Amino acid sequence: MIASSIRWPLVQGEKSYSDISKELTAPNETKPALWWYIGMSLGTIMLAFGGWAFYQSLTIGLGTWGLTNSVGWGWDIINFVWWIGIGHAGTAFTIFFLVFRQKWAASINRAAEAMTVFAVMCAALFPLLHMGRPWLAFFIMPYPNTRLLWVNFNSPLLWDVFAISTYLLMSITLWYFGMIPDLATMRDRATNKISKAIYGFFSMGWDGSMISYNRYENLTRLLGGLAAPLVISVHTIVALDFSISILPGWHATILPPYFFVGAIFSGFAMVLTIMILMRSAFKIKDFITDKHLDSIANVLKFGSLVIGLAYAIEIFIAWYSGVEYEIYTFFRARISGSFSTAFWIMVICNAIIPQVFWFKKARRNIWTLFAVSIIINIGMWYERFIILISSLAEDFLPSSWTHYSPTLVDIGVFVGTFGIFICGMLLFIRFIPIIAINEIKAYKKHGN
Amino acid sequence: MEKKYWQSIEETRADYKPPAEEKESSMIEILANEANEKSSSRRDFLKWCGISFFSATVISACENPVKKAIPYLHQPETLVPGKAHWYASSFVDGNRFCSVLVKSRDGRPIKIEGNDLCKFTGGGTNAITQASVLSLYDDGARYKYPMKNGEKTSWERADQEIKDTLREAEENGKKCYLVTPTLLSQSTVELINNLQVKYPSLELITWDALDYNSIRKAHQQSFATAAIPDYRFDKADLIVSFSADFLGTWLSPVSFAHRYAQTRRVSEEKPHMSRHIHFEAGMSVTGSNADERIAVKPSTELDIIMELYNEMAAITGNQVISSPSAGYDTKALAEEILANKGKTLVVCGHDNLQAQILINAINHMAEAYGNTLDNRKTLNMGHGDKEAFAQMIKEMETGNTELVMFYKTNPVYNHPEAEHFKAALANVPLSISFATAKDETANMCTYILPDNHYLESWGEFMPVWGTHTFMQPAMHPIFNTRQFQSSLLAWAEMNTDYHTYIKQYAERVLFPKQNEYTDYQQFWVNSLQAGVLEIDEIMAINPVLQRQAISDAVVQLKRQTAQAAEVQFSVTENVKVSDGAYANNPWLQELPDPITKISWDNFAAVSPRFAQENNLYDGDIIRINGMDIPMIIQPGQAYNTISVALGYGRENAGKAGENVGVNAFRLINDKPFSWNVENWEKTGKKYEFARSQTHHSMEGRHIVRESILEKYQTNPKAGNEIRDYHLKHMVTLYPEKEYKGHHWALMVDLNACNGCSTCVIACQAENNTPVVGKQEVKNRRIMHWMRIDRYYTGDIDNPGVVHQPLMCQHCDHAPCENVCPVAATNHSHEGINQMAYNRCVGTKYCINNCPYKVRRFNWFRYAMNERFNFNMNSELGRMVLNPDVTVRERGVVEKCSFCIQRIQDGKLKAKNERRKLKDGEISPACAQACPSNALVFGDLNDPHSRVAKLIKDPRNYHLLEELHILPTVGYLTKIRNKKG
Repeated sequence: MIASSIRWPLVQGEKSYSDISKELTAPNETKPALWWYIGMSLGTIMLAFGGWAFYQSLTIGLGTWGLTNSVGWGWDIINFVWWIGIGHAGTAFTIFFLVFRQKWAASINRAAEAMTVFAVMCAALFPLLHMGRPWLAFFIMPYPNTRLLWVNFNSPLLWDVFAISTYLLMSITLWYFGMIPDLATMRDRATNKISKAIYGFFSMGWDGSMISYNRYENLTRLLGGLAAPLVISVHTIVALDFSISILPGWHATILPPYFFVGAIFSGFAMVLTIMILMRSAFKIKDFITDKHLDSIANVLKFGSLVIGLAYAIEIFIAWYSGVEYEIYTFFRARISGSFSTAFWIMVICNAIIPQVFWFKKARRNIWTLFAVSIIINIGMWYERFIILISSLAEDFLPSSWTHYSPTLVDIGVFVGTFGIFICGMLLFIRFIPIIAINEIKAYKKHGN
Repeated sequence: MEKKYWQSIEETRADYKPPAEEKESSMIEILANEANEKSSSRRDFLKWCGISFFSATVISACENPVKKAIPYLHQPETLVPGKAHWYASSFVDGNRFCSVLVKSRDGRPIKIEGNDLCKFTGGGTNAITQASVLSLYDDGARYKYPMKNGEKTSWERADQEIKDTLREAEENGKKCYLVTPTLLSQSTVELINNLQVKYPSLELITWDALDYNSIRKAHQQSFATAAIPDYRFDKADLIVSFSADFLGTWLSPVSFAHRYAQTRRVSEEKPHMSRHIHFEAGMSVTGSNADERIAVKPSTELDIIMELYNEMAAITGNQVISSPSAGYDTKALAEEILANKGKTLVVCGHDNLQAQILINAINHMAEAYGNTLDNRKTLNMGHGDKEAFAQMIKEMETGNTELVMFYKTNPVYNHPEAEHFKAALANVPLSISFATAKDETANMCTYILPDNHYLESWGEFMPVWGTHTFMQPAMHPIFNTRQFQSSLLAWAEMNTDYHTYIKQYAERVLFPKQNEYTDYQQFWVNSLQAGVLEIDEIMAINPVLQRQAISDAVVQLKRQTAQAAEVQFSVTENVKVSDGAYANNPWLQELPDPITKISWDNFAAVSPRFAQENNLYDGDIIRINGMDIPMIIQPGQAYNTISVALGYGRENAGKAGENVGVNAFRLINDKPFSWNVENWEKTGKKYEFARSQTHHSMEGRHIVRESILEKYQTNPKAGNEIRDYHLKHMVTLYPEKEYKGHHWALMVDLNACNGCSTCVIACQAENNTPVVGKQEVKNRRIMHWMRIDRYYTGDIDNPGVVHQPLMCQHCDHAPCENVCPVAATNHSHEGINQMAYNRCVGTKYCINNCPYKVRRFNWFRYAMNERFNFNMNSELGRMVLNPDVTVRERGVVEKCSFCIQRIQDGKLKAKNERRKLKDGEISPACAQACPSNALVFGDLNDPHSRVAKLIKDPRNYHLLEELHILPTVGYLTKIRNKKG
């Protein structure tokens, strides 16, 4: 991977090792700025709204949502898939970094992984909450029990349980192991006893010796290798929730790769959004350089092309199959019918607008980057909306066709997960170095 | 105040300060204190123990509330817990009649089923009959004790005052009235006659809110016999109906649907069917089944009747009386009718004497009497007498009336001139209502002497001459109510109860007329057990036409139609609330209308063209003759007509029935032509309906497969050609399932099904399906386990209508089963797709993956929840629940089980009797209730079963067969008898 090392300096500015430590721990060691408090309060308000919505859903029932007899999954599963998609990027970055030795990913890795952990947490809430009887959620765990009941291994929902829980555990492990040396740095730099004790506890007695580093490197690489298939498995299994069914628009073999690409796409877009925000909030432009953003934009451009191709192939297959239900779903419901607005928003946001990244100017303009990253995540939300709702609301028998619209509680649950995400991310940047200091130090020489 | 003693001199001084107490306390005191503390801490410990035990008890008591279960002091010998008792009885309410079996569990009736032994109704039921059991437990609306001016009173006091009043009225020469609907019970008529002998001032007024008396009167004028012939649709090859909704509401819909289905069923053995031509303004259940439906205004319909008469008269050489042209090819119709002489039946649903006279003449020319019209065993319905009622109102106004009594009538609500009537009623010193449950008239009466519900009553009825049916109580009266007839007996001072009275009546009147039994006791017990008694007894119409009435009828009809306005309205009865009497039944209110699929409302239906011309949309509120009604666009509605259903807008009915829709009885007037829309306007206001189906086209899919008779006769697979393709190409790699024991299946004959929705209510009653209310229906979360899909085909102004009952299809490769993560839904070895409610966690994946969307999710806790304040929220209302079926918890998925409890019951019965199951022995609630026998249930593995034969019928297809999910519910193609 020589290309990456000579392509651009990974760290700009003439930094010494102590500069790096100082600059990267600054957000943790200085008092948070006003925007942090504003962000935290906003997140808390969102959490409170979400709390109300959770309470309504749990005490009154799912009747408080906008679901109908035909549309059994709505905003709950749309948002679940959306968050899972976003949660893809962290592990993808880790693999880029650890397995493919993409060294430029080093400075983005930590934040992307944090984002993954919180996004998957948000996502994991939905399958739990969307159950009619969440207090019996343990029924889906295959464990020997006195009721002599066993789970149904044919159901993709069960695969989901395994895929998501494995993925969540794996991303937390990767994230945590990745930050042990940095936690030790924090411990060493800590001036107050309590934080020293806490950082000390979590850094597990890291001594920074050569042998520790050796073991650490081996372990992270091993974990990275183990995580690699999970990146593919988690979203393809989510896609199988749909592929295994018989509904027109769901029952398609293209969905697993399509979902995988979509997830990388939306995850990278979210990483871009967060990086831009972090760059402007902290003085870390030397670590997350314009070149970094440029690379992400290139990945998005590529993702957008693949997504566009997937849309086209899906439509082609629907036509080629000659199945009247598929033809209706794609050509009537989605392209020209009740869901055409959402469909065209999806196409424009995902397949067309990201093509501006063919222009270097667009890739180097922070505002364009920021706007497109947001647009992509809106587009990806609409993609999940289109897949879910258009197939459910207008399926085989026109007698059961319905309209679907979310209620305040639906919106509240979604906003609540944003609250979790925002609060989680803000706490992360407050207490944990947002960029892997040890990795940056290791690659510093490539830049200079 | 305690007297204070001083201890020392210092104390008496003003500046004295008492020493600190600690210093003063002696050693003994200290010890005593210590002992005190110790004992108090032990007490505290015990206290805390007590509190914690108490709170633990309270908390655990919150989990499991104490339930009352009171055992019998003396266990009745015949009562086996868990075993149902069946009583033959009759559902009778004015003209509405159905012979029924009442299923009773642990002393409470829970389900109504049709009585197969009754030849008149043929073992079917209708939605109102099915739902009638719920009204028994309506503790919100039922009157619970006798009341005077709203205060509780005793029967003795009431009896005394009424007897005195009747006696005094006689002395003072004042009038007393008893208003009843048509009484099918001859014993009751006799009883009233006895009462009249005792109190000659008492007059009996028969008044029906929905009147059929014009048919009776027309026969009086045409044939000199006041009678209504029995309509033998089963014998007709050609049926012509003018607005008679005989499958839904007209006269005896249960009987007529049963007979109609017989002529509509086609098979390879019987490849012919009747032809049905229907004229009407609004789309009715019957109209939707017609082979040819002509949407016309009410006035045009009358013109067509006149012209049809003239055309037929011209051909048969009878007197022709000039009439206006109706703009319809009546000549062809006349020729068709005459070509089917003796096999044609013409019916007219207009309560219009002149039209009925002409219909009689037409039927006479078509030689229907004695063939398709039974002129010997005539119907005992339609005795209402509007003139007498009008006369009574006049008498009431003059103040010459002392007493008026209302039995099963509610003129304050459903008399067209209710305000006028109310004023007259206020003028009567003593008024009595026998209402079972809340109604507007009872609200204005001095006395409310609540009648028993029919399931608590005795009775004897004769719906048609020669057929006597009985009513027997299935339970002791729940409240302090008394049967109407018992009240009459008390006032007649006959010192007997009605049970004894009808026993004596049967012995006196019925027993001698039969010759099957020689022993009276045996006769009585057997007849009561069967519920029906057939005797040779006639009330014949001599089909000799009195022609003088005809020309007069035409002249008068011409005068009426000449006054017709451009825009006309029609008021219709629907299968749910009828004349409003069933408005407080939440099952019926929630039942989607068979045509529009609207629940919980009535509406003004206008034609698509009318809506387009006037820029109207679904939900616009329009004002017709001063009444605000929300409208819908109804395909097939006659242009320039507005149809409104009766029976809504009740003001005093109970929580389910009040403020639902508008009262269309107020539109009826006594003008020469009463259907004119004198003025109408848009109000600009909007209204949202609760509809269970909002997409009305099949989108070109092969959902309901239809063909015409001509094609069917040459190719029995007509309309079903695509099935061969599906069977050949849509195959699986996996082995097909094998069923060694039973393999249950249900066949639906789309030609026999008329969409009346009886099955939907039967299913709801059998399976404890909750009522969810208007808002939840609007949210598309109706809980019915089976629904009837209705699609329109062809031209929007005159569409074809198809009805398709849809329940769980019990697929052998069920898509719902493999996606459930907890295996809560699985397949039985008898081919039934089952739900284990306890296992379900409610992921709803099965709902999504069901291509028929027949699975239902418990979005809320529907039982014992204030939000769903229907029958399941009241102690008494829950009595109707079937103990064999679980009441589902919030968050679980439920669906049709093929009535697994009934299958199990049937299998056990056969096993106990050590025999094989007979075909037809087991039938789910829907199939049992169907008046047309459109649903056939049975075992596919029994080669002689009906389903095994039907599944091989070339007409059979399975819905969405191309998915190869192998449903076990089959549909037989719909065949219409019309010209290709």
